[in-house]
Amino acid sequence: MVEALQAAVLAVLPDVVLTTERAGAELVLHTGREGLVALMLRLRDTPGLEFAQCMDICGVDWPERPERFDVVYNLLSLTLNHRLRVVVPAGEATPVPSVAGIWPSATWFERETWDMYGVVFEGLSDLRRLLTDYGFEGHPLRKDFPLSGHVELRYDEERKQVVYEPVSLTQDFRSFDFLSPWEAMTTLPGDEKVHLNRVEGPKP
Amino acid sequence: MSITTTNLAPNKVQVDSHTINFGPQHPAAHGVLRLILEMQGEIVERADPHIGLLHRGTEKLIEYKTYLQALPYFDRLDYVSPMCMEHAFALGTERLLGIEKDIPERAQYIRVLFSEITRILNHLLNITTYALDCGAITPALWGFEQREHLLEMYEQVSGSHYHANYFRPGGVAKDLPAGMETRIAAWCEQFPAFIEKLEGLLTDNRIFKQRTVDIGIMTAEQAIEWGFSGPCLRASGLPWDLRRTQPYDVYDRMEFDIPVGRHGDCYDRYLVRIAEMRQSLRIIDQCLKQMKPGPVKVLDNKIAPPSRGTMKRSMEALIHHFKLYTEGYHVPAGATYSVVEAPKGEFGVYLVADGTNKPYRCKIRAPGYAHLQAMEVLSKGHMLADAVAIIGSLDIVFGEIDR
Repeated sequence: MVEALQAAVLAVLPDVVLTTERAGAELVLHTGREGLVALMLRLRDTPGLEFAQCMDICGVDWPERPERFDVVYNLLSLTLNHRLRVVVPAGEATPVPSVAGIWPSATWFERETWDMYGVVFEGLSDLRRLLTDYGFEGHPLRKDFPLSGHVELRYDEERKQVVYEPVSLTQDFRSFDFLSPWEAMTTLPGDEKVHLNRVEGPKP
Repeated sequence: MSITTTNLAPNKVQVDSHTINFGPQHPAAHGVLRLILEMQGEIVERADPHIGLLHRGTEKLIEYKTYLQALPYFDRLDYVSPMCMEHAFALGTERLLGIEKDIPERAQYIRVLFSEITRILNHLLNITTYALDCGAITPALWGFEQREHLLEMYEQVSGSHYHANYFRPGGVAKDLPAGMETRIAAWCEQFPAFIEKLEGLLTDNRIFKQRTVDIGIMTAEQAIEWGFSGPCLRASGLPWDLRRTQPYDVYDRMEFDIPVGRHGDCYDRYLVRIAEMRQSLRIIDQCLKQMKPGPVKVLDNKIAPPSRGTMKRSMEALIHHFKLYTEGYHVPAGATYSVVEAPKGEFGVYLVADGTNKPYRCKIRAPGYAHLQAMEVLSKGHMLADAVAIIGSLDIVFGEIDR
């Protein structure tokens, strides 16, 4: 089923990069920001593709890349019963064209992506924060945003109002690095060959 | 005080539009919805839902947990139908691990069985509280009794009423306790009569129909472009059900009908849910008949824990257990968007793995999120009281919307 879809997409859009995920079970389309709206329109309106529903838009943060975000669109065709994932790279300062004009459902998904990652969507009329607090600062799902956040709030009995304060943790958050459990013990004698043969896995 | 009415046309009063705050603490808001309604008299001009009041950063937290530790967060999303949320995550993890073909048959049957029990749980709560929003108290009182029976089944298999943590990547946590099948079958015996009684209260009820018929109409085209799914999409006339079109686990062996509405109004959404409960009963019945004894999780102890008995005797099993509950398993790099037909619609998990023991990214696609977004389209031009009926008919739960 994926092969047929792959051929259909390539027939309409010859210059996009298609990859598959999970041993060919899911089709992923990689494209740039330019011409995204036109591309999405063709995906929606071309017979044989008919991606009438935009089920989800989300960001993924890869801080080590020059353009650190991926914006991921999960499209669904109800008539032909297939799915396609469109991945578009984006930077902090490079806006992504909004697809809210094609699928109204994209509005909240794009607002959420802006809220969580700080990806700007060009042409989205309503670029407000969605899930975070009123007056929130920062973009919480970025990898460099701490899990605990920056502020905590409590009710202040004297001032009779809710006050924001910097986070104070009574116990530090402990994150165990399971990729290199012996990293700290480099001086152990007889351990040299472990380091010689180690295959470096990706860092979290 | 003197009023001169000579210059004004009779019966014509100019009212400025004004804004009211619906919620966040309102019994009909189904949680913490803050809805800014711009009213022209009693007519809704604009509806702007402010969500996020229950935002707990689930997706961020999951990035810091192993796959096994991330699972319980899914119970806390849509807390009305916990096991279906787990199902999506379990399927996603299994697909990334490449073990989706190895899941034992019994585990798949149990998952389908409990997904359907969950569907009834969810629809019971939705229909009855929806009726409560429209002024009927009795359905809620009756429905909660039935829900309690189902939640007891939850408790018998998982040890907990709500936070079940029962579906795991690789199967289910443990097998059904002895006699469970008979208890479920006995419950199924009496449930159709309950649906009849519930329908007797609501389906032809004049007040309920006045509150719901032709309210909040969503045409099929609108429902598609607003990303609707589940009963809300089917009420608009589209026979789309992921259990049928993209079957997972043993849904492809199940015989069931897809109820479809015609008008896409609040009343049709109610009717579709009622009909779905009957179909769920059919699926439960088939599961109970087709289920055979057998293992309930993959036999690979690198993914599913060994039994307590073997741990007492086998050193290897002990090591497996220890590694599994400290480090967890490493999931090969990749990404997947896994969906299930949750009671509310398409519940999707977009899971990105980077080869470590923690998800790199876990985006949760909640059906209610897309439905609530259409609130303005649905409620424009309706009365304030209709907005309440529309929220009820969309089946909003904030655990999944705010995440």
